[in-house]
Amino acid sequence: MNALEIERVSRDFTTPAGGVYRAIDEISLAVPGGAFVAIVGPSGCGKSTLLNVVAGLLPPSSGMVRVAGETLTGLNRHATYMFQQDALLPWKTVRDNVALGLTLAGAARADAHSRADAWLERVGLAEFASHYPAQLSGGMRKRAAMAQNWILDRGIVLMDEPFSALDVHTRQRMETELLALWEGRSPERLALRDHTTAGARAFQASDQRKTIVFVTHDLEEAIALADDVVILSAGPAARVVAQHQVALARPRDLMELRTTPEFVDLYRRIWAVLRQEVIKSQQDAEARR
Amino acid sequence: MNQSRAVVLAAQVAVGAAFIAIWQTLVSLKILDPFFVSRPSDIGARIAQWSATGTLWAHLATTLEESLLGLLAGAVLGVSLGFLLARSPFLARVLDPYIKMLNAVPRVVLAPLFLLWFGLGIWSKVALAVTLVFFVMFFNTYQGVRDASRVLIDNVRMLGATERQLVRHVLVPSALTWIFSSLQTSLGFAMVGAVVGEYLGATRGLGYVIAQAEGTFDTTGVFAGMTVLGIVVVIVSAVVSRFEGWLLNWKKT
Repeated sequence: MNALEIERVSRDFTTPAGGVYRAIDEISLAVPGGAFVAIVGPSGCGKSTLLNVVAGLLPPSSGMVRVAGETLTGLNRHATYMFQQDALLPWKTVRDNVALGLTLAGAARADAHSRADAWLERVGLAEFASHYPAQLSGGMRKRAAMAQNWILDRGIVLMDEPFSALDVHTRQRMETELLALWEGRSPERLALRDHTTAGARAFQASDQRKTIVFVTHDLEEAIALADDVVILSAGPAARVVAQHQVALARPRDLMELRTTPEFVDLYRRIWAVLRQEVIKSQQDAEARR
Repeated sequence: MNQSRAVVLAAQVAVGAAFIAIWQTLVSLKILDPFFVSRPSDIGARIAQWSATGTLWAHLATTLEESLLGLLAGAVLGVSLGFLLARSPFLARVLDPYIKMLNAVPRVVLAPLFLLWFGLGIWSKVALAVTLVFFVMFFNTYQGVRDASRVLIDNVRMLGATERQLVRHVLVPSALTWIFSSLQTSLGFAMVGAVVGEYLGATRGLGYVIAQAEGTFDTTGVFAGMTVLGIVVVIVSAVVSRFEGWLLNWKKT
């Protein structure tokens, strides 16, 4: 069963000059439950617009999104969203931030906190529970954001270039931790020690692998993480130009993966398609200038 | 950090001492006429005398009471309307010219009206303070709510927040930083409102003391009143910034 079905979705914006700008044009895409799909395209191609439509933050101008078979109206309650920018509330501690989704749903404070603590343990931030986001490094803030998303245990996680602001090495570590979370492994240094605690309880629900839609402009990242790589054309009026399966075995060792012949071969083939769109978008940008 | 703070403090004391010393010397050498600018030593003696007889405390208490009431009422009104208009763009556009018009009214012109409406007691001064504080608080709250980060709002909505939870967890804290940064300004304005009100017609308060002294060409009295006012503002500001630092401690890295 498909977790997400995007059917001929277009989205228009009104420009300041009064014209109409079509960001995405009749995009159709089906995402099977439990799949990791990466959406790649040149910058400004409407990837984020598509993700916002799927999240229900933006209504489509035409077309529809179906979530678990039902047409989406309003916010997508089956999904959480990890943003490119920091979205932790700066005035709440890390613990309160991670617990936020539970608190909003009316969970008791003690319960929300114990489940948040279990997640903080899992992402390696136990010592920083009482810190404020401003006191954390960029990578730590991303881990807290992952915990904030995962704690709600919704079936779909939307990610909009979540790691693009990090340096290369931190980024690779975050990618590894993301895959570990998704595959239901605890990052090795954080194996669950005590299964009788709230920790075990917090993770029981997440047997089912989540469906991830991961937007990035970085093809390497897309191939390294995803089962499926969807290429969007250069905007405006972006469309799906290609869809590639990534048949690399899991679990993947991201430290080594990028130099394996399979990876390089796949990269070369997909890049041949993406390259043209990138060139087009650069030419458009030059022309506008 | 600590060292530089000590250096700043020492420099601040030095500037004040130098200013007073030069003033005192110029008056002693008869370069300045003490009739017009008084003399620091006389001013100090006058303040000491006032505080010894207790008149200072009574007047100061009145002024502080008026200022704080004005600050409180102005803040409540300003913050409420700021929130309301920030959440309702239509209302904001409708009321925009009127708010600008009202804000442009010189407060000194209002003072006699308030005296007429609210009498010689504290309420005419409170009202004057409110007209000053209100606009500072209003504009800052409005800005603060409008400025709340789009990403934070989207994230909290995706995490399941209702409209009320959104206000409580994102918009209020986000506006608080703006409101607090305007609190120092508002406090100064509240005192200005109170003192100007007292100056134009009252039976108590520092403004009244200054007006009385002026009426008898007692420059020492005028300067003593101004000095007390200045010292009080510095002390109250320090208290406010302590409070602010405590409430906004998440900003520290």
